Amino acid sequence: MLEIENLHKSFGGVSAISDVSMHFSAGSLTAVIGPNGAGKTSFFNLISGAFRPDRGRILLDGEDIAGLPAADVVRRGVGRAFQIASIFPTLTVREAILGAVNAHRRWYARLGRRFPLAEAKAQADEVMELVGLTATADTLSGNLSHGDQKVLDIALALALDPRVLLLDEPTAGMGPEERWQMMETVHKLWERKKMTLVFIEHDMDIVFKFAQTIRVLSYGRVLAEGVPEEVRRNPKVIEAYLGAKYDAEHA
Amino acid sequence: MRKASIGRDALIATALLVILALLPLVFPSKSFSDFVMRASAYAIFATSLNLLVGYAGMVSFGHGLFFGLGAYSFALSMQKLGTSIPAALALTIVINALVAAVVGAICVRLKEIYFSFLTLAFQMLLYSLIIAWTAVTGGDQGLTGGIPRPPFLGIRLDDPHHLYLFCCTTLVVSLFLMWHLVQSPFGYTLRMIRDNPRRAGFLGIQVWRIRVLAFIVAGVFGGIGGMLISLFVSSAYPDFAYWTVSGEAVFMIMLGGISVFFGPLVGAALLLILNDFVTKVTEHYSLVLGIIILVFALGLRKGLLGFVVQAWKKYTAAAPPAEKNPQPSSRS
Repeated sequence: MLEIENLHKSFGGVSAISDVSMHFSAGSLTAVIGPNGAGKTSFFNLISGAFRPDRGRILLDGEDIAGLPAADVVRRGVGRAFQIASIFPTLTVREAILGAVNAHRRWYARLGRRFPLAEAKAQADEVMELVGLTATADTLSGNLSHGDQKVLDIALALALDPRVLLLDEPTAGMGPEERWQMMETVHKLWERKKMTLVFIEHDMDIVFKFAQTIRVLSYGRVLAEGVPEEVRRNPKVIEAYLGAKYDAEHA
Repeated sequence: MRKASIGRDALIATALLVILALLPLVFPSKSFSDFVMRASAYAIFATSLNLLVGYAGMVSFGHGLFFGLGAYSFALSMQKLGTSIPAALALTIVINALVAAVVGAICVRLKEIYFSFLTLAFQMLLYSLIIAWTAVTGGDQGLTGGIPRPPFLGIRLDDPHHLYLFCCTTLVVSLFLMWHLVQSPFGYTLRMIRDNPRRAGFLGIQVWRIRVLAFIVAGVFGGIGGMLISLFVSSAYPDFAYWTVSGEAVFMIMLGGISVFFGPLVGAALLLILNDFVTKVTEHYSLVLGIIILVFALGLRKGLLGFVVQAWKKYTAAAPPAEKNPQPSSRS
């Protein structure tokens, strides 16, 4: 489905991602973890076309998408949500999602008709229903709670019918209660939409609960990968990450 | 959400046009009809700039390029080529669209202030060209000798009444088209790009193409504003392409309100009234205008119409009105 081969990216001589190879099978649910600065977000930026890799291939169903502009990567079915909710503050939730549907269907430059295109409504309603934003459909995106803004960010990506969905810390900045709610939502839509979902997460309880497989990045390299039980017991991971996290929790 | 259909809006536009057409019966003075004609030109121009500034988040400092270009394209076409008025209008639109496409394609890739200043540079390029190319443009004297206005389809624009109706019609049709545009999927894509261009790109929107398209549309309507002013003064002057014209359009948007579609229309009328009124009272026009602008910049950031709309929303939102007059807290 999504195969990353020998991906490499450096910024001014510093390697952000070096020689990373990963394989995400169709319909899998994977967590990418690693200490701060491990290159997790850079990794997403490379896949989603925000950065151009120096070397390496990114194969989506066999087609190399490495180095394509973001808009083209999206067109091929790789959706993305951001660590800091990236939304359209002055649009209502409904308008934003309708706009995303228009973008996906290439209706976004239409001049001849009025905005809520009748044929876009059903899909927008479905997306809002799926993520639980129906009640806030007519709220300005900028006025939503932090948690709902993160949900909206994901909903915008969902409106594109992605085959691969990259979620950069879906629970960032949320309280404990909210985090689990968020992950329930993410899990639900992964099950329903049967897409390949990759998420970055810091909360190990969440990671071990939800992820089928885990990839650990450290200093831009793959440190370990496997099912949660393997990763949990991997000494290198404990040293580089879990131990540090354990310390941080008690600091 | 707005449910208004195109048909309903067309009906309203027609009604407004009828009212505008009948106004001279109530205000028969020449100064009134002159005011409406001038305001029409500037309102179209300012509204077209607001497509960029207010809707697409592209702060152009050089929109006067298209006002000047429209005025000269039209006037030269009538005077030197001897075309009919519809042909000159079509030519003006084509020229403005082409120039906007080229200038837009160069400018839109730049961010914020760089975009602003490059548009200004292109405007001053046109201004210099007009000043230097005396043989065609008449240089700093402007086009002398007037513009011929041959009748077309029974419309005689040398008749003041016909000219008045023509200006009103152009105003209403232009505003109707731009209003429709901002209610179209394209209009909402503009808002998305204004709010968050990066995210728009990650939704598969080709941001720079939409920006160029917006630039072309704004350039064409800016040119139509310029065409009206050249019809009105029966000439074209280099001042129409000077940077102050762009500045005035920005003032109009600020005065009326950036976040309301009809803000620039109100702002254009306001600025012209201020212009006429203040110059009658004092010669320190710039000083008075500067103070007014300062008041708007500090206290009425959303502009006059924006403020009224906001106050009205507050008033209607507070269903059982605890307070009849919403306090003017324009900070947002």
